[in-house]
Amino acid sequence: MKMQRRSLRIEETLVKAFIYFSVICVVFALFNILWHILSHGVGLITWEFISSYPRDMGRAGGILPSIVGTACLVALAVAVAAPIGILTATYLAEYAGKSGVMRAVRFSIDTLAGVPSIVFGLFGFAFLVIFCGFRWSILSGGLTLAFMILPVIVRTSEEAIKSVPYEYRECSLALGATKWQTVARVVLPAAAPGIVTGIILGIGRSVGETAAIMLTAGSSLGLPTSIMDPVRSLSLHLYILVSEGVSFEMGYATASVLIILIFCVNLITNLLVRYMITKRMGAGAH
Amino acid sequence: MGDAVRRRIEWLIEKSLLLSAIVGTLIVMLIAVFTFLEGFPFLAKYGITSFITGKVWDPAYGEFGILSMIIGTFYVTIGALIIGVPIAVACAIFLAEMAPQPLARLFRPIIELLAGIPTVVYGFFGLIVIVGFIKSHFDVPGFSILAASIMLAIMILPTVINISEDAIRAVPKQYKEGSLALGATHWQTIRYVILPGARSGLISAIFLGMGRAIGETMAVIMVAGNTALIPTSMLDPVRTLTINIALEMGYAYGDHSSSLFATGIVLFVLIICLNALVTRLKRRVTE
Repeated sequence: MKMQRRSLRIEETLVKAFIYFSVICVVFALFNILWHILSHGVGLITWEFISSYPRDMGRAGGILPSIVGTACLVALAVAVAAPIGILTATYLAEYAGKSGVMRAVRFSIDTLAGVPSIVFGLFGFAFLVIFCGFRWSILSGGLTLAFMILPVIVRTSEEAIKSVPYEYRECSLALGATKWQTVARVVLPAAAPGIVTGIILGIGRSVGETAAIMLTAGSSLGLPTSIMDPVRSLSLHLYILVSEGVSFEMGYATASVLIILIFCVNLITNLLVRYMITKRMGAGAH
Repeated sequence: MGDAVRRRIEWLIEKSLLLSAIVGTLIVMLIAVFTFLEGFPFLAKYGITSFITGKVWDPAYGEFGILSMIIGTFYVTIGALIIGVPIAVACAIFLAEMAPQPLARLFRPIIELLAGIPTVVYGFFGLIVIVGFIKSHFDVPGFSILAASIMLAIMILPTVINISEDAIRAVPKQYKEGSLALGATHWQTIRYVILPGARSGLISAIFLGMGRAIGETMAVIMVAGNTALIPTSMLDPVRTLTINIALEMGYAYGDHSSSLFATGIVLFVLIICLNALVTRLKRRVTE
């Protein structure tokens, strides 16, 4: 008995040690990555770097076209994916029961979430670039990104819609509103912060995406003038700088810009989520 | 407004919502159709078996065997799971069972940030730090299965941690209380009650992590070495299925291009199978 208890205690100590070790590993990994990139890169970010054209294939100069290109791609992706995503989520949360249609839609969304980004790239290349004749352009890249972030927006919005208290709907229906009036004027506004969170997560994902963009948006270093122009996104620019050994310094600076962008996205998401929670608790209090 | 008109409008709205819900399904079907359309004629001509079991990849000489890449993908994924899963499950236990509120509140944004870092940035970091580390310690070039596995292990952490934590939290409180009331220690309860109770959730977490590892491209391409040879040791360079597409699609044409689409088909089928497994697991949990 005593032996047993002692071995149990040893086991517990070991397990606890492993758990703390793991947590420290994760924290260490993140800070190591951030520190390595930012300590080499932040010093190189100047106004000139952000606002000028790259020179000598990116060895010198700035990243203005890539910033503009990324912004265009992300804007198009969100403009397409957000409406479809929100409507899909509304349908899944409010209208579809446990029907076969719903199961098919959910399976598709899950599949879409799992499809490797390079396969999205292949598809975008075959369908948008070649079949639809959009060439390498913002249009092709943005649409490919839209397909990729659709599941993110659907899932987050659906969660948000489902977490709207049931009484809201009952009150609205009891006042004589129709189902759609209830959904559009009561449920969706109440779920808005959560839906916005989903959109921001989608933005974060499309800012960092590379593989899908590589095969659909081209890699032009010029400033785009129309939606049919090719662009080189920040992430692709970073990949080309590093993998072709163009310039590690510029790579660090570009990577730092990307990390700072993602940092902002996460910060905004967190603030929104916190706002949502306090609002919900406030609503529950009275 | 008449009741009939109003009902009409409601019906119309419901149907248009359904229509947008179907867009997702449509996209999945389009992806399947287009990858198959481009890749299948090639597979039929070259032979599926010789494509999948062929050891030599040399498009210039008409050799399209992807066995080395299937093996490469397998090794890299298994490596990532071996390194990543224990750490991730431990973190999930920490978050769900051990961490006091303020600590958990500090830890969670760290995981979110880890999930948000672009994959190229991971690749860049891996190229310099991990590959450099292996190079200086083992006297090899450093681009290897090991480097890719470590890279992927870090990248799948957020997925596995989040889903495992949800699975652990979903175990009914009464189970835990019952076990503690019987005199079991906290660890005994976790080991014999909570983890078995969360089993299918944990397995889904691992499968989803696996899917992410299989599908990852940009981080792996920068650290794996990309040689299309069957690796014999952990320190050998590899090429995964995703790398194959990303690396050669830029200049491929004709059969070569179709063979890359065929590689895409293999990936797509793999992911669909994994996803179907996860869906089935989920259904078992809810029923």
